[in-house]
Amino acid sequence: MARVVVDVMLKPEILDPQGQAVQRALPRLGFDGISDVRQGKRFELEVEGPVDDDALARIREMAETFLANTVIEDFVVKVES
Amino acid sequence: MTARVGVVTFPGTLDDRDSQRAVRIAGLEAVPLWHRDKDLHQVDAVVLPGGFSYGDYLRAGAISRFSPVMESIIEQAKAGMPVLGICNGFQILTETHLLPGAMLRNDHLHFVCRDQKLRVENTHTAWTANFAQGQEIHIPLKNIDGQFVADERTIDELEAEGRVVFRYLDVNPNGSLRDIAGITNATGNVVGLMPHPEHAVDPLVGTGGSDGLGFFTSILRKLVKA
Repeated sequence: MARVVVDVMLKPEILDPQGQAVQRALPRLGFDGISDVRQGKRFELEVEGPVDDDALARIREMAETFLANTVIEDFVVKVES
Repeated sequence: MTARVGVVTFPGTLDDRDSQRAVRIAGLEAVPLWHRDKDLHQVDAVVLPGGFSYGDYLRAGAISRFSPVMESIIEQAKAGMPVLGICNGFQILTETHLLPGAMLRNDHLHFVCRDQKLRVENTHTAWTANFAQGQEIHIPLKNIDGQFVADERTIDELEAEGRVVFRYLDVNPNGSLRDIAGITNATGNVVGLMPHPEHAVDPLVGTGGSDGLGFFTSILRKLVKA
């Protein structure tokens, strides 16, 4: 079984208040030197059968229509060996 | 003979009973619709009520948008059937792309629950005909994912076409762009807003106002007395 990972992130121009809240908490916890934090989602898909071009095309379609809302989010599809 | 207004219940919907009651108080027949049932039971309009459908997993409204009942609602809405999305219902409507933009976590990250002042900016929709242009109304607001965003061009388009239906007054409770509280589609049959008109239909309940009733008398006028 192969694993395909879909990372979904808010588009750069969209404000990420959750990431900002994490970033603001860091100095208080003693973690200095982090100027920005963006928070996203990671989906790990266990794929039955070969991860060929067809399978990847279907996964991209899935990401586009369901896993990400492309009005506010970008996604990246990666195959893990 | 009155008109039939469907009110959808998804797993996690909270405000279906209040919405049904608001529909009845306005003089319409309320028809409960179930998320797994594609059949709309010959309703003339649909209310998508507030709550946390499917636990808001993935994104608010993202999973409900693919439920069987929504397939029929999307099809009928495109054919002109009036649809009102309140709070989670508004989030579902943006996920279907019947309405543009998307909803993010409130900019201050807190759940907000307050009586909210709004200005009605478009009285030509199916759900706002009984308001006066520029009328100020008070209705409850309660959400955590209420920040309306869209790209600059989409927002400019909405403004230019008069499709901003409600704007927050006094306080912008969630960081929504240009104080937008509710919008409509190009044909005015689909309206979505974050605040809750169905909680403000009876002077005996809540803050004593009934400003929310106008949504439901508007649709009565549209369907029955037009």
